[in-house]
Amino acid sequence: MDDRKTRIAQQFMAALPHAKALGMRLVSMGDGRARIEMDYAPHLVGDPETGVIHGGAVSALMDTCCGAAAMSHPASPGGTATIDLRIDYMRGAVPGQAIRAEAECYHVTRSVAFVRARAMDDDEDRPVATATGTFTVEGG
Amino acid sequence: MARPRPEPVQVVKQRRDAALKALVEGVPYIGFLGVQFERRGDELTAVMPFDEKLIGNPLLPALHGGATAAFLEITAIIGLSWTMLWEEIESGAVDPESLAGGSLPRLPKTIDFTVDYLRSGLPRDAYARAQVNRSGRRYASVRVEAWQDNRARPFAQATGHFLMPRRDG
Repeated sequence: MDDRKTRIAQQFMAALPHAKALGMRLVSMGDGRARIEMDYAPHLVGDPETGVIHGGAVSALMDTCCGAAAMSHPASPGGTATIDLRIDYMRGAVPGQAIRAEAECYHVTRSVAFVRARAMDDDEDRPVATATGTFTVEGG
Repeated sequence: MARPRPEPVQVVKQRRDAALKALVEGVPYIGFLGVQFERRGDELTAVMPFDEKLIGNPLLPALHGGATAAFLEITAIIGLSWTMLWEEIESGAVDPESLAGGSLPRLPKTIDFTVDYLRSGLPRDAYARAQVNRSGRRYASVRVEAWQDNRARPFAQATGHFLMPRRDG
């Protein structure tokens, strides 16, 4: 990533206190695509028996990543807000492993951005979760 | 016919509150978000007190969609587990002290969860209630509604499907 993109990525995350609190890192963002990573942490656990991360933390990662993809689309001039987001949980993420989300904004109208995403742990062939969402297009 | 004397109200309340406390405090992520549960009989209301770390858009400012989604999912899972546990708490089959000691029942697993964002979440406390619409042996369907200042103006709602834990017997 060049300096300018790195700066944009850092500013994007710094502007989102909740994403920062969950330890999210923006890996890349541009042309309607985004990748964000989140490290495993004990306070994110949802099932004390297994140590698996809470679905809500995965939702927060997916929402942030989908929003970043929507905002970075060339046809999207400004900010965005989630209209709806559906998450399907395929399996529990392996405790101790970071979760990586990648989102793609595959269609944009004047008012709505359509986004899909998936989340993986170290086993990239078996997604932990997938998401589809719609987001507002603002500032147009 | 002689009926057994009802248990003193304090004993009943203490048992229910201890079971709820054990259920909620067993989940680290609930503590991290600061979500609490208030109980009236079997009815639960989830409360997410406002905190800076829940903010997603500092310009508005508004709650992060992910914080809202997590709040709703927590409310759904605890609501469903509570419904599942209630009979056993009432009959005394579940001992709150053993719950507190760490022998928590297995929690339902989320299959899918869909959140509708109705208006932006304000930098205030948020409340939510879950309704279990169907709870079978294997699958359950739960609806959740969240509001802030005004109960009649929900800011988010969600439905989710859950895989029920296998129960012995």
